[in-house]
Amino acid sequence: MTVLAIRSYFAVVSTRFRTLLQYRIAALAGIVTQVFWGLMKLMVLGAFYEVAQDQPPMSFEAVVVYVWLGQCLFALFPYNVDPDMRAMFNSGSVAYDLLRPLSLYGFWFSRTVAFRTAPTALRVVPGLFFAFVVLRIIGLEEWVMPPPASIVAALSFLFSIVLTVALSVSILMLVNISMFWLIDSRGMVNLTAGVVWVLGGMIIPLPLFPDWMQPFLSWQPFRGLCDIPFRIYSGDIAGSYIVSELAFQFVWIVILVLIGLWLMRRAQVKLTVQGG
Amino acid sequence: MVSKHVPQIHVQNLTKSYRIAERQPGMLGAVKSLFHRTYRDVEALRGVSFDISRGEMVGYIGPNGAGKSTTIKILSGILVPSSGCCEVNGVVPWKSRISYVSQIGVVFGQRTQLWWDLPVIESFDLLREIYKVPEGRYKASLGELQELLDLQPLYDIPVRQLSLGQRVKCDIASALLHEPSILFLDEPTIGLDAVTKASVRSFIQEVNRNRDVTVLLTTHDLGDIEALCRRVIVINDGICLSDSSIDELRNQYVHEKHVVIEFGSTPSLESSHRDDVLESDGSRVTFLCTSDISQFVAQMTSKYEVKDITIETPPIERVVTELYQSMK
Repeated sequence: MTVLAIRSYFAVVSTRFRTLLQYRIAALAGIVTQVFWGLMKLMVLGAFYEVAQDQPPMSFEAVVVYVWLGQCLFALFPYNVDPDMRAMFNSGSVAYDLLRPLSLYGFWFSRTVAFRTAPTALRVVPGLFFAFVVLRIIGLEEWVMPPPASIVAALSFLFSIVLTVALSVSILMLVNISMFWLIDSRGMVNLTAGVVWVLGGMIIPLPLFPDWMQPFLSWQPFRGLCDIPFRIYSGDIAGSYIVSELAFQFVWIVILVLIGLWLMRRAQVKLTVQGG
Repeated sequence: MVSKHVPQIHVQNLTKSYRIAERQPGMLGAVKSLFHRTYRDVEALRGVSFDISRGEMVGYIGPNGAGKSTTIKILSGILVPSSGCCEVNGVVPWKSRISYVSQIGVVFGQRTQLWWDLPVIESFDLLREIYKVPEGRYKASLGELQELLDLQPLYDIPVRQLSLGQRVKCDIASALLHEPSILFLDEPTIGLDAVTKASVRSFIQEVNRNRDVTVLLTTHDLGDIEALCRRVIVINDGICLSDSSIDELRNQYVHEKHVVIEFGSTPSLESSHRDDVLESDGSRVTFLCTSDISQFVAQMTSKYEVKDITIETPPIERVVTELYQSMK
């Protein structure tokens, strides 16, 4: 791919990103809800930690990180699809996207990157401000978000979050592409969201699941969304494990992108455009 | 470059069939279709062939569901046909879609290709990036388009706030920013008022002349065809019915003409002639002539005192109504 081609995709990301930054009120409402849920989760998990008989598999501090990062980065995860994309399938404007001298997969991937990152950009600052500062001011020391475990942890976390975006988008691309067959994506979206919340670790941190589930949990791709970056931040994943976990995220991205490309090719051959 | 002898668009025996899942009506039908799906094959195109040379403006007409849009979509690389061949600028559209689409511009009048939330100019800028148009060429191209279409006042308005006329103008402009050599227009004037229609038509003409752009236009508004196209291809039920000039089409399907005769005084007509009168206004009478026109005129001039004769061709609408009805 030439530099010029990459510029085209970048322009798509940046234009959509700027458009989506307009939705400030939605972001504010979103982060208020997420903060509220964060407090609830910490209350429940804190209660469990207090009565725990054995040593839990992860420190409470790591749980606090897990919860707050999850709430602040909520919008990064593949739990919904771009309403524009849905409208496009309903109206048949997909045709126009095929008129662009771009790979359809790359074009939509770029748009979805913007769709995931722009709302996150709006939410992450007030969210972290609450977790780092407000909680301390109001005296809830136990729930205050700790800083990254080390400089290495901080940098690896940032790198891992970039991979999270790619992983999230490559999962959503499969949902987007499914619309070629299903026309309406609501069913697929609900299914995906359910799976993402549970298997990503957003409901309960993955290390707290029963031991017999761990082998399965550790190989499924959704773990790369939250579990890996959050535990790198808290130092729960450290040393050479960081490298293997980043590789884990990367390998899943490659697999999902390849599946997406393959499905996209099949979809385009059998394409019928709605509305004649 | 395409040489003069090779047509720019070559379409031969193109067919396209869709498979549609069918369901019998009612509850029973719904339950049945859970277990056994029946399909129906719809043949949208059943062997369409034509050639178009560089710089031509061709009208592509036919009733709803005739296969016009399907043809356009195959020609623009969006759909893959079931069989047949098609070459545009020497390439097969759907086989090398990504490189091919830079050479064409497409407007679907019923849908916009601009981004709903973006101001017009940002949509244009994004298209510049997508088509990789060099800055200088882009400025020149946009400059020309904005002058012809009076776009400047619209630049900062988000697309969702544009009126239909403004939106269509912006859509057509955006299909031409990357200087394509072919323009496919699928019902570009649908829903527009008379004035906007006229300005869109004259713009298309201008672009065809200035940039030597080939235009293939589908429409239900025959005014578009009369204003723009010397050649008309008629399609129905997936088959080309005729490919001729507008005048030929007229002569082929409508054998009647309106003859307006200015008599020296209010005439007392023979009964056989009286039956042909469409309208009479004192000494000025309009006849409907279904027989041989020269014979009719000769008869009139020999029998009455005639001051002036005008022969009016029927409006194209009439031709097409006649044509579509003869298809049934």
